[in-house]
Amino acid sequence: MARIIGGVTSSHIPAVGNAIANNLTQEPYWKRFFDGYEPAKAWLRERKPDVAIVVYNDHGLNFFLDKMPTFALGCADVYHNADEGWALKPVAPFRGDAQLSWHIAESLMDQEFDLCTCQEMKVDHGFVNPLRALYGTAEIWPITTIPLAVNTVQHPVPTARRCLKLGHALRRAIESYPEDLSVVILGTGGMSHQLQGERAGLIDVDFDLDCMDRIANDPEWMTGFSNAEIIRRAGTEGIETIMWLVMRGALQSNVRVVHKHYHAPISNTGAGVLVLENYS
Amino acid sequence: MSWIRHDYDDIAGTYVFDGKHAHGAYALNKLLFSFNSEENRAEFDRDPPAYCDRYGVKDEYKELVLKKDFLGMLRAGANIYYLAKMAIPRGTSVQDAGAQFQGITTKEFQAKLLAKGEGLRERLVKRGGYWNG
Repeated sequence: MARIIGGVTSSHIPAVGNAIANNLTQEPYWKRFFDGYEPAKAWLRERKPDVAIVVYNDHGLNFFLDKMPTFALGCADVYHNADEGWALKPVAPFRGDAQLSWHIAESLMDQEFDLCTCQEMKVDHGFVNPLRALYGTAEIWPITTIPLAVNTVQHPVPTARRCLKLGHALRRAIESYPEDLSVVILGTGGMSHQLQGERAGLIDVDFDLDCMDRIANDPEWMTGFSNAEIIRRAGTEGIETIMWLVMRGALQSNVRVVHKHYHAPISNTGAGVLVLENYS
Repeated sequence: MSWIRHDYDDIAGTYVFDGKHAHGAYALNKLLFSFNSEENRAEFDRDPPAYCDRYGVKDEYKELVLKKDFLGMLRAGANIYYLAKMAIPRGTSVQDAGAQFQGITTKEFQAKLLAKGEGLRERLVKRGGYWNG
């Protein structure tokens, strides 16, 4: 049977990809941010998961505002990165697992999550940059990936509670897959940030650290917030942090906290790395 | 017909990209989304007014695009992620836009950001359990 070994969170900001591409990770501005990934990378090297489910939001590469699915699952054998308007060189394509994806889609539907299935899905910085931060830049990626896109761009977006419940359903989906696969869930994006408006530049370190500690040990806490309350504290674009709850919901209720790393500011954001491990 | 009010409408200094903005600025955002393609970017550069017409970007929206008034476009309902496709290659970063919103320089804006990280290590020690370099 497939089993979930744990979850990892990561920022997915474009600047992370640029820093890696331009070899800046050991520059003073970036060093602490990237050094804090080393224990997460070591954990992945040791545990060697076969598949990563990457929970992220598309920023206008695969989806446009004409049709905006709340939850969309990649169901393909391969996913391509592409030009997002900045003429950057796309990274190498990502290997998918269509059979596992379709099983997850079927199981989630059975559990009343009516998601959008995608047989073609271009993956943007939201998907790519966490994998680059955790695995480096590869010509052939060392892990199979399945994109799970959550709309955090155009409101109404799902609630924190809904995201946690999706995680619960995702766990049942994966654990009912008959193949012997080990799976890691990546929760990406956030943390607090505000990009537009006079409130631009907002970062709330205390709220971010509360989110990290509670998501690790008491994820229900975050479901007590409405999206408006999260936006008020974490910034309008900081709403992305709800995606971490999909990851958290897919894990056991008690997990081992392998690693906690927080850095601020990085670009306009607070950035958190959690490595949470299921007890075997 | 009227737009329903939301519990986030009173948060000062932001707008939340919802149906009201997505509806009003649909053509503008469609034009911005088209810049994912190199071919489209080149076509825009050859004849910006004609490109706006092709996407149905009219009146004040068209004026903002032709003036490359990124701040104005954001205020008019451009989605920040879509705007970044036009603004960043033209030398206006998201931080430049943030600074402009506050009427300060980008350097000042960046300094304000850096100040958020002051005393971070000590705060993490107090919390406990954090990697700290």
